[in-house]
Amino acid sequence: MKQLTAASRARYFRRQLVDRMMGGLCVLAAAIGLVLLGLILWMLFSNGIGGLSLAVFTEPMAQPEAGGGLANAIVGSLMQVGLGAMLGAPAGMMVGVYLSEVGKESRFASVVRFVNDILLSAPSVLIGLFVYQIAVAPFGGFSGIAGALSLAIIAMPIVARTTEDILRLVPQAYRDGAIALGSRENEVVRKVVLPAAFGGILTGILLAVARIAGETAPLLFTSLGNTNWSLDMTQPMASLPIAIYRYAGSPYQEWVDLAWTGAMLITVGVLLLNILSRFSHAAVAGKQGG
Amino acid sequence: MNTPATSRPPIGARRIHPADTSFRISLHAAGALVIIVLLSILAIMFIGGKQAFDTFGLGFIWGTEWNPVTQIYGALPAITGTLATAVLALCIAWPIGFGIAFFLTEICPERLRGPLGVAVELLAAVPSIVYGMWGFFVLAPFMSEYVQPWLTAVFIWIPPIGDSFFWFTAPPIGVGMLTAALILAVMILPFIAATTRDVMLSTPQLLKDGAYAMGATRWEALTGVVVPAVRGSLFGAVFLGLGRALGETMAVVFVIGNAIRMPDSLMAPSATIASVVANSFPEAEPGTLDLAVLLGLGFILFVVSFGVLAVARILLRQERMS
Repeated sequence: MKQLTAASRARYFRRQLVDRMMGGLCVLAAAIGLVLLGLILWMLFSNGIGGLSLAVFTEPMAQPEAGGGLANAIVGSLMQVGLGAMLGAPAGMMVGVYLSEVGKESRFASVVRFVNDILLSAPSVLIGLFVYQIAVAPFGGFSGIAGALSLAIIAMPIVARTTEDILRLVPQAYRDGAIALGSRENEVVRKVVLPAAFGGILTGILLAVARIAGETAPLLFTSLGNTNWSLDMTQPMASLPIAIYRYAGSPYQEWVDLAWTGAMLITVGVLLLNILSRFSHAAVAGKQGG
Repeated sequence: MNTPATSRPPIGARRIHPADTSFRISLHAAGALVIIVLLSILAIMFIGGKQAFDTFGLGFIWGTEWNPVTQIYGALPAITGTLATAVLALCIAWPIGFGIAFFLTEICPERLRGPLGVAVELLAAVPSIVYGMWGFFVLAPFMSEYVQPWLTAVFIWIPPIGDSFFWFTAPPIGVGMLTAALILAVMILPFIAATTRDVMLSTPQLLKDGAYAMGATRWEALTGVVVPAVRGSLFGAVFLGLGRALGETMAVVFVIGNAIRMPDSLMAPSATIASVVANSFPEAEPGTLDLAVLLGLGFILFVVSFGVLAVARILLRQERMS
């Protein structure tokens, strides 16, 4: 073996030095990111936990110093997100099944896939404006239904994407087996492919619910918000994100505190849904042997 | 892409049963629905905003004046604000996000990779209104108290660009393009980190092992092997982040200052298309020019984001990351 010359040794040290320096910078980047994001969560909890009381869940929004809570906003959010998911998830599942089982690599399917990916990241404020034009302005009023519709449009591409991805993981042998037993195409999908992918699809739906639960911008244009107790989905409807938005910008400290509490609740809810979706995914992946 | 190479349908050459026909029709209809939604968003925005385009012509895009009283609307201030905040946010977030991705794939101890990766993904899921609130109550006061006076003092010697574009000279009131860009950067940081990490992980381990076997350091393996192998997807991740920053509303609306005029400083109150739409909407009655202008703005934003997202998807097509 050749003796290391002084020049090559110097080059070796320089390469090591560059590696250490860049590695150090990356550690620094990770530290900056974690500290920053930790700071945000800490601020959220330190400001939000103080306002947490039973009244937040039982009392509707009220004038400052009247001891109001967020109950109508929480219920309004649950109803709109629920209806949004009920509309968006089945549609998204069908799109996913189409892409994975029928369309595959055909030209139409490629276009659908491309457009779905665009919708997935389309600005949500525009979806709100769109639903305002088709479901609010023509019918003469803001409504919980319009809010749910805008959330459904946001949820659909998310569910479509995860459904397609998960169906592609179902082994082809499952389908071949079902076909060999004489199953028709729709039976293969309904009785074999979908049940095998159930956990993964549920993951996608939970992720979509988590995403639409925190959406604020589209609701500004559709369900508007409501400070009164109302379960009528044909009327303007309160929601947690809108309540946070209105209260955070208000001059009353009591309302600002409620906004922090609401923001904390929504973040905890969204993070729990995300964690839950990981478990449902892991459980199914485990059952199928990886 | 792990579909089998067969091009024939799974049923083979059998005659299609009526139940399958309706099954196929309904699935095709669902696929068509996706395209219909996108096209109708585009059409509704265009039709609704037509009055604005008719009234001002191309001047709607290039006009620099925005005055609801005299009913003169030019979108350039909002377009400038949108592009400036989004690009600035990306310039801040991308290097950090890239560093985090490299940290998570190569440097971080094995045992911490999973938990830290999950933490990054969870933070990408935090609703944007939370970032907006944090910007409003924490970052903006901090900026006006410490950062902006310091920037003004340090960068006072930078010559103006154009008429009056002093980069860092403005009253330190905390809100403005710089604060908005910082909040956007914090918001897209976990997103960029997670996507970039997934892209880096999609590099075949064999390629990396080859580089290490040749005696490459970790950094050399990254720049010499991983980055060239997934360059397109890395750019795709950047464009996805840009697309997010362009259309973000709630994180921006709290801290941008909502002054619809040509920005003359990074620290002065400004506006983005999304913030203008959200802020001016309550005053815009149906059927008026005010609302048409907002829909016209929406149309412009949609076209721009469509372009950015389309580029992102084409670049990412190989790996199909989210």
